Amino acid sequence: MKKSTNETGVAEQQSGSYSRRKFLMYTGAIAGTGLLLDACRKEQQSSTVPNDPNNPGPDAVNLGSGDFGILNYAYALEQLEAAFYTQVALTPYSGITPDEMQLLGDIRDHEIAHREFFKNALGSNAITSLSVDFSTVDFSSRESVLGTAKVFEDLGVSAYNGAGKLIESPDYLLLAGKIVSVEARHAGYIRDLLQNGSFADSTVVDMNGLDTSRTPNEVLTAAAPFIKNNIDASNLPTS
Amino acid sequence: MNFQNILTNLSETDPEIFERTSERRSVIKNWSKGIALTALPLALGSLFKKAYGKNTGLITDTLNFALTLEYLEAEFYQTALNSSGLIPSGAPTGAIQTIYDHEAAHVTFLQQVITAAGETPVAKPTFDFSGGNGSGSGPFLTAFSDYDLFLAVAQTFEDTGVRAYKGQAANLITDNVALEAALNIHSVEARHASHIRSMRKARGASVKPWITLNQSGISNSAVQPSYDGEEITSQAGIEITNINGENISNATASESFDEPLTTQQVLAIVDPFIV
Repeated sequence: MKKSTNETGVAEQQSGSYSRRKFLMYTGAIAGTGLLLDACRKEQQSSTVPNDPNNPGPDAVNLGSGDFGILNYAYALEQLEAAFYTQVALTPYSGITPDEMQLLGDIRDHEIAHREFFKNALGSNAITSLSVDFSTVDFSSRESVLGTAKVFEDLGVSAYNGAGKLIESPDYLLLAGKIVSVEARHAGYIRDLLQNGSFADSTVVDMNGLDTSRTPNEVLTAAAPFIKNNIDASNLPTS
Repeated sequence: MNFQNILTNLSETDPEIFERTSERRSVIKNWSKGIALTALPLALGSLFKKAYGKNTGLITDTLNFALTLEYLEAEFYQTALNSSGLIPSGAPTGAIQTIYDHEAAHVTFLQQVITAAGETPVAKPTFDFSGGNGSGSGPFLTAFSDYDLFLAVAQTFEDTGVRAYKGQAANLITDNVALEAALNIHSVEARHASHIRSMRKARGASVKPWITLNQSGISNSAVQPSYDGEEITSQAGIEITNINGENISNATASESFDEPLTTQQVLAIVDPFIV
């Protein structure tokens, strides 16, 4: 089943800018749509897990192979992050401080810069624009937004850390390095907003003082609930 | 100082590197999965040894370069934590302790990896944290009695560490295991930098968790070489400012990408801190 239900996602994302009453009307409508989607997904699940990067299905977005495949993998993650922070900036959570507003806006701009950089660097090799699904995020809630941001930033750091060894070109390796430390700065900031001092706690840094690395399959599986497109990572390098 | 000697052949090319790389790849394939965390340094070291034999390779030199920076950071934070009255109790002390623990772990990790590879970890230099090249009277003389100056030096060390590891990544590209370990240290240094910057910001400094242009947010110009070059807005020939019609300022474009430092640039920066 084709999972392009952009309209639903957009309506839902913008709900924070409407009155509470309208918001409730929307969520009611969306809940119904969601049930329909769930029903469709369950049908799909009979043979495959949704968005399983190992079993992507025929309509999946193929990241490709080699260094371009890794760049597309990064492009996909940056699309996800940029879309998330764009929504955060459009519908700020209740109680957001001016300082948080500014720095979360900075992060949005950094992710947009990363996204557009990969788009241009990939040129005709770039994957399509992905459709995101933030239906599990309550954009009016500080805890929900920052909790999701923490997941995305830590995931991004681990994705770049794990992808470094898959890159053949020293130039692309350096570019990944230039971006991953900015993602780690974001991760530290978001974590400190949630709990001061948790910028590099033992959930992400091990006893050797090493951060986390994840394989593309691990990352894409974790990101799958937030991306409507199925993603085919089967041609990515594995070492 | 001895530090320069350690690194003399860092920039030299290694003619046998590709030959060894093919061997390394087979070693990696045979390397058992699910290895215990505590055994990781030993396993990594053994891996290097198999790949590099008895040669002193680029990878060992790179790891010794990293080890020297970790010595610097670890002793800096240890001295600060031992300086009575410097760091406020509570969250600030907790954060500096966390960072110190990581730097100390990096020292131990790198020593174990290098030793297990049959190579010799570089000895810890004698440091002069005043930045006075052994005189003890450099521009950061009061770093262990002036909390804001301490944080400023900490920020500089962390930002420099991030840039230094980034600059070494290409030296490790032939060795998946060493590269991944270095990347996993690199992002921890960036998390540290982010937090130190937030600590400074909370005390009135004009900084963000990320680096804007080549601004240090530190009044002492001695730190400027750690920030020069961060202001670029073009990556791989692609201009990031206002890219594809997006509203991206020069400042934001520079923040979006951290820049590397070469070995020589890092040496020049840390030289005043090494006796």
